[in-house]
Amino acid sequence: MRDRRKAPRTAREQQLRSFRLRAFVILGMLGLAALGLVWRAVELQLVDHGFLVRQGDARFSRVVEIPAHRGTITDRHGEPLAVSTPVDSVFANPKELALATDQLPRLARALKRDRQELTRRLTSSLDREFLYLARHIQPGEAQHVKSLGVPGVYLLREYRRYYPAGEVTGHMLGFTSIDDEGQEGLELAFDHWLAGEDGAKRVIQDRYGRVVQDVESIRPSRPGGDLALSIDLRIQYLAYRELKGAILRQRARSGSVVVLDVTTGEVLAMVNQPAYNPNDRDQIKARVYRNRAATDIFEPGSSVKPFVVAAALASGRYDEHSVIDTSPGFYKVGIKIIEDKHDLGVIDLATVLARSSNVGMSMMALKLDPEQLWRTLSGFGFGQVTTSGYPGESAGLLTHYSHWRPIGIATLSYGYGLSVTPLQLAHAYATIGALGFGRPITFLRVDEPVEGQRTLDERVCRTLIGMLESVVTPAGTGLRAAIPGYRVAGKTGTAWKSTAGGYSTDRYMAVFGGVAPASNPRLAAVVVIDEPGAGLYYGGDVAAPVFSAVVGGALRLLAIAPDAPVGSQPLPPRPPARQTVALR
Amino acid sequence: MYDAITDPSRTRRTVTATARMLASLKLDGPLLLGLALVAAYGLFVLYSASGQDPASVVRATIRLGLGTLAMLALAQVNPNFLRRLSPWVYVVGVVLLVVVEVIGYIGKGAQRWLDLGFVRFQPSEVMKIAVPMLCAWYLHERPLPPDGRSLLALAAIILVPVGLVAAQPDLGTALLIAMAGGLVVLLAGLQMRWIAGLAGLAAGTAWIGWGFLHDYQRKRVLTFFDPEQDPLGAGYHIIQSQIAIGSGGVFGKGWMNGSQAQLEFLPERSTDFIFAVIGEELGLLGLVILLLLYLFVVARAIYLAMQTQDTFARLLAGSLAITFFVYVFINAGMVSGLLPVVGVPLPLVSYGGTSMVTLLAGFGILMSLYSHRKLVGS
Repeated sequence: MRDRRKAPRTAREQQLRSFRLRAFVILGMLGLAALGLVWRAVELQLVDHGFLVRQGDARFSRVVEIPAHRGTITDRHGEPLAVSTPVDSVFANPKELALATDQLPRLARALKRDRQELTRRLTSSLDREFLYLARHIQPGEAQHVKSLGVPGVYLLREYRRYYPAGEVTGHMLGFTSIDDEGQEGLELAFDHWLAGEDGAKRVIQDRYGRVVQDVESIRPSRPGGDLALSIDLRIQYLAYRELKGAILRQRARSGSVVVLDVTTGEVLAMVNQPAYNPNDRDQIKARVYRNRAATDIFEPGSSVKPFVVAAALASGRYDEHSVIDTSPGFYKVGIKIIEDKHDLGVIDLATVLARSSNVGMSMMALKLDPEQLWRTLSGFGFGQVTTSGYPGESAGLLTHYSHWRPIGIATLSYGYGLSVTPLQLAHAYATIGALGFGRPITFLRVDEPVEGQRTLDERVCRTLIGMLESVVTPAGTGLRAAIPGYRVAGKTGTAWKSTAGGYSTDRYMAVFGGVAPASNPRLAAVVVIDEPGAGLYYGGDVAAPVFSAVVGGALRLLAIAPDAPVGSQPLPPRPPARQTVALR
Repeated sequence: MYDAITDPSRTRRTVTATARMLASLKLDGPLLLGLALVAAYGLFVLYSASGQDPASVVRATIRLGLGTLAMLALAQVNPNFLRRLSPWVYVVGVVLLVVVEVIGYIGKGAQRWLDLGFVRFQPSEVMKIAVPMLCAWYLHERPLPPDGRSLLALAAIILVPVGLVAAQPDLGTALLIAMAGGLVVLLAGLQMRWIAGLAGLAAGTAWIGWGFLHDYQRKRVLTFFDPEQDPLGAGYHIIQSQIAIGSGGVFGKGWMNGSQAQLEFLPERSTDFIFAVIGEELGLLGLVILLLLYLFVVARAIYLAMQTQDTFARLLAGSLAITFFVYVFINAGMVSGLLPVVGVPLPLVSYGGTSMVTLLAGFGILMSLYSHRKLVGS
């Protein structure tokens, strides 16, 4: 055997041997290759196992949010003002939908969208897995879209905010974004309370994002809290209607009404014009959604006079019997001359207010201690943000007395050189109405009595209210603010609007602020009308009638006993200009 | 049971009868058994990988049946006849490739198949067998190892169809065809300096060929080296399949329980990437069992090849056996991230394609070469 192997082989045998050798070499290489594969499998399945398991879990295990229901906002009597209703949004997985392009025309028809636009949006987001096709559509319509059975089209339950009162409460409530987050107004101020907390659950989903199985609940969703506002929708509606009517009649640029409950500091109504409907997103423009009553400042003109008189009374230098000689109807301070319309002669403080004498006010204010005057005005809240917490509220402007000069004090006394918001001014009137108790302004319903902070002597307030009643008499400037059956104390204001480089002489702010019933004030209200353009511009002509209508209506709605026996007071005259204006 | 113990001759009789039947059918028992086990394993996995779709399993079984018929038929053919047929098979294959190319040109789109009405047929699949056949035919009566002139002729035989297939463009199949032919040359006895020279030439070709590659082909190669570069695009396949395999661990997540496969994060799960499904659901154990089955098939096939008597049979049989394992290696290597992604199915396991029929036809030829070995030499 051995010899035979060593013997020279035939070519054929050599070939066979060579082939076998090569075959074995190749077989060995194959074995090595197989070992390589096994080694690779070991590397993946033993060495990198943990890492790759986590990578794998990250692909199918998802934490999904369960949207929380946003709380409902109601007025003080439970009338809904903002409610979240369930709606459906339609979304697509573009990668899946792209496989069914022949279905796009049907889909576009069901969505009421342009087919080409839909195709364009789809093609531009092919690398994504989520694309909204339509948001917040009626559940019925959404079901119709779903029933088409187009692959890659899914529904998502969302909540949409709906405001039943529309324009009437628009400014005050503000609005939410499409993702249900508060953006403006009370929706923003109380967002943390209303929003609730989204829940979360762990789900298994497939490559196309379809949830295959719920695994566990991580935390349940906590629905948002409901919010009962201080607003009385009936008064709110009344204020809205009266203000809108006045703005149209007077062809004014804008206007605001604020009604406060003197006894609690609650805001009962707050409206502005021009208004918008928060249910229609197209109307939400910065120009109209500003809540002017809280954000816009203006120089209050004569409507600030009661607070200067309050300082005078509190100083002890003046009382209801004090008189001021306003002759000859003008008064020189430095180089500036302060004028009244008529020479009013020697008048008491009540008449200074009733006839709105700038000369009388200036003479009186210049005799006061500037620091005491400043403290009194600050005490009313001028120059500070109110405690309402309303987003974007303005602080107004009240210069510190150390910067005051005589001319500044004089003009301040009749309402120039300081600026306020309608809300601030209403709060100041409410403090007088509360007989000196400053009660924090709130938009939330208050059930307990509010103590408030003493800012002014009660006697001073009673005296001042008595004086302010004389404004709403035939002898005063605010007769049109009168309310049959009730005694009204208030003050008119007609201010030139400041413009670049001075004051405009043909553009006015017409203001009326006051409290009622005067014997035991319950409501304080401020009406501001910006640039009345139909001929009338006095606060007593333009703003006072709105005050009368709103506060009169509110007193009746609140069932507050009349304090003026019928026949004891003059009825307000028919506004002479109203008809002529309408005919113009 | 009782009978089996008390009457051993019955078992022996059964075995003998089976062997006789197989021999009369010109089939090899162990090889057939190995192939059957691989195919059964494949159907088992396919049911899970197709998302529990019985229709897929039925269709795969029908293809397996067709392949078995082709294997049975080819096993009966006399190797001498096969050898004489080789040039004609080759020529017809090349003509079909040209026809496909022309049709594709007219139809303004890449095309790889001919529609015969009842079945779609890929001429490039035929070339996977036709090329090694012609190479073996060419070397049959020539002195081995082949000289320079022979090598030049062999290079032409291999490169013509490779070029046509590469132009389709189907680079993966082109490389497989080149390799099937190259294996014949290698088995015939290539000297070391030729091997070294060819390796250098291959490297040079790769460098120059880069310029001729289509963008998507270049991207595949680049992604192979750094899959994380494009995790949502071209790198997605590689990353997903590695995650699937790796998360399976030693024993797997269980049949039909692979989260990556069942939730469709794994792409091409029932076709090219079915290896990853096995890795995920049956674990390292499942992969090793599959590889052992494959190794058994290849070892038996190479053993059969070594038993053959003439050059043609030996070279062709050897090439067919090794090619089979190279398919396994390329597919498994690609899925597990050792090799770039090329469209090569896992033999007898991946769903679809003509490859199942071609592979079994190749084994039919191999069995014919072995069972008719005594006839050869004339």
